[in-house]
Amino acid sequence: MATKAARPKRLKVTVRGPGKTQIQLIVNGQAHEVLVEPRRTLLDTLRKDLGLTGAKNACDEGTCGACTVLLDGKPIYACMALAIECDGRSLETIEGLAQAGKLHPIQQAFIEEDALQCGFCTPGQIMAVKALLDSNPKPTLDEVKRALSGNLCRCGAYLKIVKAALRAAELLEKAQGDTYAQSHKD
Amino acid sequence: MPKVIKTKTEFEGRTLEEYVVVEGEGLEPWEPHAPLKFVGKGISRIDGPERATGKALYTCDVQLPGMLYGKILRSPHPHAKIKKIDTHRAEKLPGVRAVLSSHNTPKISFRRQTFLFDEIVRYVGDEVACVIADSEEIAQDALELIEVEYEPLPFVLDPEEALQPDAPKVHSWGNLLNGEPEVYERGDLNRGWAEAHVIVEGTFRTQCALHNCMEPHGSVALWEGDTLTVWDSTQHIFGVREGLARLLGLPLHKVRVIKKYMGGGFGSKNNLGKYTVIAALGAKVTGRPVKIILDRHEENLAAGNRPSSVQHLKIGAKHDGTLTALELKALVAAGAYCLWPPSLGGPARELYLCPNVKTAQYTVFTNTGPLSAFRAPGYVEGTFALESLMDELAKKLALDPLELRLKNYAEFDQTTGRPYSTKGLRECYERGAKLFGWPKRPESSGRFRRGFGMASQIWSGNGMPPAYALVKINPDGSATVITGTQDIGTGTKTVLAQIAAEELGFPMEKISVEIGDTQTGLYAPLSAGSMTVASVGPAVRMAAHDARQQLLEVAAQVLEVPRESLTISDGRLKSPALKEPITVQEVLKNLENFMIIGRGAREPNPQDVTVNTFGAQFAEVTVDPETGAVKVERIVALHDSGRVINPLTLSSQVEGGIIQGLGYALYEQRVMDRNTGIVVNGNLEHYKIPTVLDVPEILCDMIDRPDLRANNLGAKGVGEPPIIPTAAAIANAVADALGVRIFELPITRDRVLKALGKE
Repeated sequence: MATKAARPKRLKVTVRGPGKTQIQLIVNGQAHEVLVEPRRTLLDTLRKDLGLTGAKNACDEGTCGACTVLLDGKPIYACMALAIECDGRSLETIEGLAQAGKLHPIQQAFIEEDALQCGFCTPGQIMAVKALLDSNPKPTLDEVKRALSGNLCRCGAYLKIVKAALRAAELLEKAQGDTYAQSHKD
Repeated sequence: MPKVIKTKTEFEGRTLEEYVVVEGEGLEPWEPHAPLKFVGKGISRIDGPERATGKALYTCDVQLPGMLYGKILRSPHPHAKIKKIDTHRAEKLPGVRAVLSSHNTPKISFRRQTFLFDEIVRYVGDEVACVIADSEEIAQDALELIEVEYEPLPFVLDPEEALQPDAPKVHSWGNLLNGEPEVYERGDLNRGWAEAHVIVEGTFRTQCALHNCMEPHGSVALWEGDTLTVWDSTQHIFGVREGLARLLGLPLHKVRVIKKYMGGGFGSKNNLGKYTVIAALGAKVTGRPVKIILDRHEENLAAGNRPSSVQHLKIGAKHDGTLTALELKALVAAGAYCLWPPSLGGPARELYLCPNVKTAQYTVFTNTGPLSAFRAPGYVEGTFALESLMDELAKKLALDPLELRLKNYAEFDQTTGRPYSTKGLRECYERGAKLFGWPKRPESSGRFRRGFGMASQIWSGNGMPPAYALVKINPDGSATVITGTQDIGTGTKTVLAQIAAEELGFPMEKISVEIGDTQTGLYAPLSAGSMTVASVGPAVRMAAHDARQQLLEVAAQVLEVPRESLTISDGRLKSPALKEPITVQEVLKNLENFMIIGRGAREPNPQDVTVNTFGAQFAEVTVDPETGAVKVERIVALHDSGRVINPLTLSSQVEGGIIQGLGYALYEQRVMDRNTGIVVNGNLEHYKIPTVLDVPEILCDMIDRPDLRANNLGAKGVGEPPIIPTAAAIANAVADALGVRIFELPITRDRVLKALGKE
C-alpha cells in the first residue's frame, strides 16, 4: 500500500534579541511578565528578576542540583534552561510549597529528620523530592536514592535526606487519607 | 572587676599563648547526671523553617538597590610578571562602571606574601583585575576585553621539586615556609631505634582536596557615608572586620560585617578574602553597592584546598607491640600563599604512648592554588599515615590492630606532660568494636573481597576565650541571646538557644538567637577548630545565669517573697510563698518596658590539664578485584566530645564528617596539568564528591560524658573529629581485603588494580 509522503512540519521560528525580550512565566501559579536578555538563564531570572532566591546558584552548569525547580511538573536544573525557553510555561519553586504560612509535609519532614545542615542545597533537594512524590507517592528506598542522585550535599546530610523523603511520603499519604475521610464525612 | 591572665590554648595542633580578661565569678558545670530539660535533647533546628522554605538569606542572595556585580580576571599562567594591563576597551563596554587593577587601587599587602593586585602572579587563578558592571553577564563580557601582557616566569608545581636548590622560586625569599622545617622532638630517637625489635616504615602520599562548599565564597559591599557594611560568606565576621579595617585604614566601628546564613565553609572561609576587599573598593569607586560571588571554577582555583602531602613515617616497637620510636618527615604543598599551615605531625606526637618521637614538617610554596584550613587540617592526612603504618606493625607482630592500639594507650598528653581532662578513647574502642563486630570479619565470597579496618582520632576541640554574650529578657517574658558567632550549618543557633533555655528556666519557644553581625553582636572566635559551642556556649550560659539572677532579684521585690524561695521553670516563677506559679510576663508587666540584660564571657581554659576530643571508627569494605572498585559497606563511629548538647544535630555533623572522609578516601583529588599548572577538574562534574548513592550504612554513637574541667557546659567540639579517622579506617579495611597496602589517597580503581599487580 502506498503511503502518502509526510508533509514536512512547518517550523515556527521566533527570533529573540538582541536586547531584552518579553516573556511570561507562571511561577507558583502567578503569571509574571518579564523582560530578559535571551542569554539569561531561568535561574538568574528567578533570582534576580523575580527576587525568588530560594533556588541557589552553586555551580551554574548543571552539576549540583541546588537550583532544582519544577517545569510543568518535571524537575529541571534552572541553571541549564534559558528563561525564554520557559515562556508561557508553569514553574514551581521552593517558595510555592508552604501555603498560608503552613509548611509543606516535605519541608516538615526535612526539619524533623534534620535533613539539612548549611541548608544551601536544601531547596533543590526538597524540590527533587517533590517531583518524585508527585509522580510516585510510595517510592522505595532505591527510588528515592535514584531520584536524589543529581542533588549534591557537601555537608553530607544524605542519610537524613533519604529518611525525610520517605517520611514525607508517609505524611502526604496520611494527609490525603484525612482529606478523603473529611470529604466523605461532609 | 576585670582580671587579666595569661593562658595557653591549643588550636588545630599548635599551642597559642594569649592574654584573657576574666570577669565575674565562674559557673560550675552542670553535674553529669543533672536532670536537664533541653540540654542533651535532640531538638530540631530553630532555624529549620527558614532553611527549608528558601527564606534564609545567604550572602549570595543579598540584592540591594542599584547593586553592581564584580567579576575577577585571573591569571592564566602559573607564574608570570604582568608587564602591561590595558583596560580601555573593557571600560568602554556599555554597562561597565569600573575596572580595578594595580593601576588604580592602593598597594594593599595580603598575608605579607602578595598584594591585592600584585605585579607577579603565582598560580593559575591569581587575581589580576576586576570589572564592576551593571550585570554579571556584562562583567563577564568585559573580562575578555582586558588586554594583559604577561612575561611568563619559570614555575614549580611539585613540592618535592620545589625543595631542590635550583627550583624556580615562588617567592623571592625561597620556597620553604619560614626558611626551615617545623620540628618537634622528645626523648632520644636513636635509643628508640636501638630498643626496637621491629621497625616498619613507609612513604604515604595524600592528594590535594577541594572544599567545594555549596555556597561559593563571596561578598556584598555597601558604603553609607564613611561606614562600610559587608555581607560576607565567612566563618569569622570579626576577623573579616579586623582585616577590612586594617587594610582600608578604617576604624573598627565604621566597618560592619554581617553573615546570617552560610552555605558551608569547612575551613575555607576562615579568613578575609581578596574578593571582599575588591568589592569594598569597587563600591567606593562607583558609589554603588557591589556584589562579588566566585563561580564554581574560581572556587576550585582560588578558594583554598587541603594541601597534598608526602609523609615518610617510621615506627619502632618491641615484640609485644610497645612503641619505642616514631619519626615523621612530612612535606606539605602550601600552594602560592600560606597563612596557617596544617599540622600533620599532631597525631604522631599525641595519639600513642611513645617516649622517643620526632616530627619535621616542611611546608613548601608551589605555583598552585593556596591552601587553607580544611576540616581538621593536617590531622586527617597525618592520621591516614600513622594509622596505616600501625596496621602494618600489627601485621608484622601478628597482633590484632585494636590490641596494638590499646597496648600503646596514652594516659596523658605527652607533648606537655599534663593529664587529659577526660579521655574516653578506650570506651570508644570497646563500644565501637562491640557494635561493629570486631574483629570477626565475614568470609569473602565469590569474586568480591571483604575487609575490616579501624582507626583512632585525637583533636583539640577545646574552645577558647575570648567570647561574649548577652541575654536580654523582654517585658513579655521572652528572651533574646545576642552574640557575634556564626552558624556555618552546624546548628549553633539551636544549641545556644537550648543552653539559654536551660539556664533561664524558659521554654525553647521563648528564646531567639541573634548572631552574625559585628555591629550589634559581641566578639566570638572564628567558627573553626571545632570550637564554636565550647567557646560561645559557656558565655551564653553565663549571660543567661546573670539574667536569671537579675530576674529573681526583681521578682522577689515585685512579689514580696524571699529571693531564695524563688525558682524558675517553664517560664514561671515558683515559690512556697506563692499560691500558684506566676509567669515571667506577669511579674514584669508592672515595670513597663523594663529590660533585663545579662552578660557573659568565656572563662579561660584550665592550665593543668589538656582538653581534647577522641574517637574511633570501624569500616567494612568490599573490593572487586576485577574492576578495582571499592565499596564501603558500613562505618561504625564512636566519639568522645564531652557532654552532648543536641544528639540530633550532632549526629548530622558526625555523618557529614564521615561522608566527607569517604570522598577523601576514595574519590576526591584535584588534578593539575603538570605542563601548564592548570587545574583540569575544577568543577563538580569531574571533581567527584560523594552523592547519595555512595553513602554506606553509618552507625554513630557518643560517649556523652561531661568534661567537668573543659568549661561550664562540659561540652567539647565535634565538627572536625568525625572526618579524622575515616580515610584511615577505610584504607586499613582495603588493605585487609587485598592483603596488600595502598600508600596513597584516594584509593582509586587504578591504584587497587596496580596493588594487585593487574596494571
